[in-house]
Amino acid sequence: MSKGLIAAIVALIVLALVPVGAPSTVVFFTLCLAKSLAVLGILVLIRADQVSFGHAMYFAIGAYTAAYITAEFRNIDIMLVILAAAISSLIAGLLVGLFVTRYRGIFFGMINLAFSMVLYSGLEKAFHITGGSDGLRIRRPTLMGMEFKRAEFDLVIFYVTLAMVALCFWLVWRYLRSPLGQALGALKTNETRLEYLGLSARRVLLTGYVISAVLCGLGGVLLGTVQGLATPEHAFWSRSAELVFIAVLGGPGHVAGALSGTVIFEAVRTFAAAVLDDSWQLILGITLIVIILWAPGGLVELWKRVFLRKGKTGEEVQK
Amino acid sequence: MDIILLALLDGIAYAALLFLVAVGLTLIFGVLGILNIAHGSLYAIGAYVTATIGTWLVANGYNPWLTFPALIVSAILVGVILGGLIERLLLSRIYTKEPILQLLITFAVFMILENLQRMIWGVQPYFLDTPLTLLGNVSLAGVNYTLYQVAFLPLAAIAVLVFLRYFLRHTTMGAQILAVTEDREAASSIGINATWVYFVTFVIGASFAALGGALATPTTSLVTGMGANMIVLSFAVAATAGLGQIEGAAVSALMIGIARSFAVYLAPEIEVVMPYLIMVLVLLVRPNGLFGKETVRKI
Repeated sequence: MSKGLIAAIVALIVLALVPVGAPSTVVFFTLCLAKSLAVLGILVLIRADQVSFGHAMYFAIGAYTAAYITAEFRNIDIMLVILAAAISSLIAGLLVGLFVTRYRGIFFGMINLAFSMVLYSGLEKAFHITGGSDGLRIRRPTLMGMEFKRAEFDLVIFYVTLAMVALCFWLVWRYLRSPLGQALGALKTNETRLEYLGLSARRVLLTGYVISAVLCGLGGVLLGTVQGLATPEHAFWSRSAELVFIAVLGGPGHVAGALSGTVIFEAVRTFAAAVLDDSWQLILGITLIVIILWAPGGLVELWKRVFLRKGKTGEEVQK
Repeated sequence: MDIILLALLDGIAYAALLFLVAVGLTLIFGVLGILNIAHGSLYAIGAYVTATIGTWLVANGYNPWLTFPALIVSAILVGVILGGLIERLLLSRIYTKEPILQLLITFAVFMILENLQRMIWGVQPYFLDTPLTLLGNVSLAGVNYTLYQVAFLPLAAIAVLVFLRYFLRHTTMGAQILAVTEDREAASSIGINATWVYFVTFVIGASFAALGGALATPTTSLVTGMGANMIVLSFAVAATAGLGQIEGAAVSALMIGIARSFAVYLAPEIEVVMPYLIMVLVLLVRPNGLFGKETVRKI
């Protein structure tokens, strides 16, 4: 077995034992895990050297899908809720993606931002459909016909989220190593050469884009279900910024960056929130600048540098 | 009929503000090759500084007409001090880095400035309508308009457009800017100080953003989030015209401004979406914008 696989299994076991070892942190870890799915989505795009400043829109689409479907069908199974969110974010990702994948770099990032701002103001203004800025309630779903009380449900959703995370991280890891995933990385190095291989650069990026949209949608539905609420806030630009921030913090070189980045980010925020609530974005901004200027590989890279003594830069690791 | 005239004049006033901000964005992009996401924050901070100075002037019994020079002074203050600091401390370090990192750095600046703005001015709305009331109203076809919006804003935008054209085509500094835009290395080798040219361009662009904010102050109440809205709006204007196109930005600002104000009167539901709708439609037909040039992909 490779080192990476062992590390992944150890991480999974440790996470699965959280409810036993530290029951009070279950909700915290559920939120982290849900968010790490969305971060993973951002990471997929960063592989292609594209940054989206609007992916929170798929996050919101996931959460609102959960709100509508749990209101329409009482006691619906959570798996169906997740499936519905995956489908709705897939459709949205495909529609938006068909347009935005014509662009790269600045245009790609900004047009995504524009779409998310439109969704945000739509959600806020269409009061009779979306509940305005108060948002919509997400009712507690069931699992295999069983209904749960609040405390039990926290456990259930924790394990459901953990399972989704394990599945998605494995699938994305496989995807990035597959020819299609490798082609995504080739978009970064040289798009023209990629087309000489007979691959459509646009289709390669579209696949990556839809995958990232679905991952954000899954993050949104899980996080929304834990909190029991879908609000326009979920689509706001600061949420997109946060996702990009965590992906850069964790390091774009490896899928593990998405999870470790999110856990550290959320842990710091939970402790810092009481003291630094007013200056949170300020700190994020400064940290982001520090990372980009002095540690472009993020946490994964720092980890490697300290523990594996491989003094490589983030660039080399990606290759 | 009244509604059409009203929407048209409203749209032109709004387009003037959009143009001021977008032209700064597009100028910086054209010369430095960086899309400054913090541009929206410069707009917002320009507005807040104007409101603060203007309110102080009025409260301390100075001649209210002094609020007009205050508009200009605050714009230049914000552009030179804040813009200058951003360029010197941060952007000058990243000109050689990948575009994605440049984008992230200006995004980080945006987050920092949005936060600072909230810390300094809080979340309650600000007003300063002295310049608006001073200029008074004018009656056109039986409807009253404020002279500030009908005449002052469009004239200010035209003045900026004329100034920019003159500055870039007929002054030494302008010629240097164009030379550096064409080829930074070649320009440096004939003795042009490219570092200085970048600095000046950024400060001018930043001042236009702040001027947009300053001139917007009398017509709207200042709230948090106005910077975030403006950066996407001004990007929509600049992208519709083609990034780097100065005269084009004026045309697309008019298109978007007028379309938006018609939407306000005729179909308020789609008002917010209107600018993006135009941008998407234009980009679908012309991926490089209305006046943009086809870029050659490098192998």
